[in-house]
Amino acid sequence: MIVAGCDVGSLTTKAVILNRKSILGHAVIDSTFKPEESAREVMDKALTSSCLSMKDIAFCVGTGYGRQRIPFVGKAVSEIACHARGAQWLMPTVRTVIDIGGQDCKAVRLDPGGNVVKFFTNDKCAAGTGRFLEVMARILGISLDELGRLSPQSGEPLMLASTCTVWAQAEVIHHLNARRSKADIAAAVNQAMAGRVAILARSVGVEKDVCMTGGVAKNMGVVLALEKLLDISIRRLRVDPQIIGALGAAVFAREKMEGVAG
Amino acid sequence: MITAGCDVGSLSAKAVILKDGEILASHVIFARPEPEDSAREVMGGALKTAGLTMDDVSCCLGTGYGRNAIPFARATVSEIACHGVGAQWLLPDVRMVIDIGGQDAKAIRLDAKGNVIRYAYNDKCASGTGRFLEIMAGAMGISLDEMGRVSFSSGNPVTISNQCVVFAETEIISLINAGRDIPDIVAGLHRAMAHRVASLARGIELDEEITMTGGVAKNPGMFAALEEALGTKLSRLSVDPQIIGALGAAVMAGDVACQG
Repeated sequence: MIVAGCDVGSLTTKAVILNRKSILGHAVIDSTFKPEESAREVMDKALTSSCLSMKDIAFCVGTGYGRQRIPFVGKAVSEIACHARGAQWLMPTVRTVIDIGGQDCKAVRLDPGGNVVKFFTNDKCAAGTGRFLEVMARILGISLDELGRLSPQSGEPLMLASTCTVWAQAEVIHHLNARRSKADIAAAVNQAMAGRVAILARSVGVEKDVCMTGGVAKNMGVVLALEKLLDISIRRLRVDPQIIGALGAAVFAREKMEGVAG
Repeated sequence: MITAGCDVGSLSAKAVILKDGEILASHVIFARPEPEDSAREVMGGALKTAGLTMDDVSCCLGTGYGRNAIPFARATVSEIACHGVGAQWLLPDVRMVIDIGGQDAKAIRLDAKGNVIRYAYNDKCASGTGRFLEIMAGAMGISLDEMGRVSFSSGNPVTISNQCVVFAETEIISLINAGRDIPDIVAGLHRAMAHRVASLARGIELDEEITMTGGVAKNPGMFAALEEALGTKLSRLSVDPQIIGALGAAVMAGDVACQG
């Protein structure tokens, strides 16, 4: 039996195709203005990558900000639940999931059964979300990938005093004008980002094992800074951290079908 | 006796010269990178208008974010105290001052003698400060002056759902793309901003006679939106609301000069 999960986020849309044991295909695209369109496009891409077509999919679960508008899903599930389930499917020992998306950040604590015990979300303030990094990368004139890679090359650590993205942006411009190296500034940006996320993570009570999902988990500067701040090691996932929400949705789709079959 | 006040803020610097209870001159400039340069330039402008030199000034007090870098200030005072004293010097019955600057917002409660009873301020989050309006005006491609005027022609103000400046900027770009009129968007932004500032003021409890100081008070749309959010009329100042901090410093300089 083949199932799928589709996660329509604010900035990217993700799809995962799953059979009983493994991920058959996945895709990530930039979201367009229309969630319906993004969903179709990403699903086509994932299906093509696994040499399948929509009629092979027994059931599809939707999640993410645009989940109510995905035409081909049988059910919509919250992002929190999907990230938790996706992470737990990959790593059964996981108890804390830190998901940083393009416009929000979530910390989720799970019980050994993978159920959500407690969670906190920040989607009110851009600081501590992917948007913070995007704004800073743009001012630095570097890509998000570079922003993550530059951190370890920092010689003289620098600190950002402001939490607010707008004020921190002014600080970064100031440091650029003072001819501080981009590596030093990138390290400060990633550190500031980790500081915000750490507050959210602490408020749910961090328990081992910890993993990170969402696009920002690919930024090693943030991951390493967060490990230091929380004094823990963050377990790396064996698949793209950005597809965990869609993966969780696919796992829910399979459970739904198994429930029907059983 | 001639006294002066110099207020070096994050975005602008202001100077006021007082003689025997009358404002002789005032001056406002955009802040320079070095607060010391801002202070010299703005005070130079005010002295020139008054036809005076620094030697004629008995005492000058400094205030604002750059107050410690003003070379000719005899002492410094907090912006909170200055805005309170300056506002009450103009409007003796005022008991509450709402000051919105380029990078912060303050609500100040005063007793009848101009002493600060309570205050609250926000300088941590750009939302609810002048920067919010600046960024939004930039996103819409209109000037701050224009922004202050256009909201009056709004028939159907939009609701801005994001508080964060970064998210709200994206939101208004979507609204523009969706074909909403600029006046309706601006009216929505003024409401959102007024709501934020009103919560700050309510945090220290509203008092009778409220006035608004700082550069944002020059924005008539914002002024009206704040009146609506507070559910009360605001007292209007007879001088540029942006110079009230410097005015308060000049008034207090009189006391310092008298004490020698």
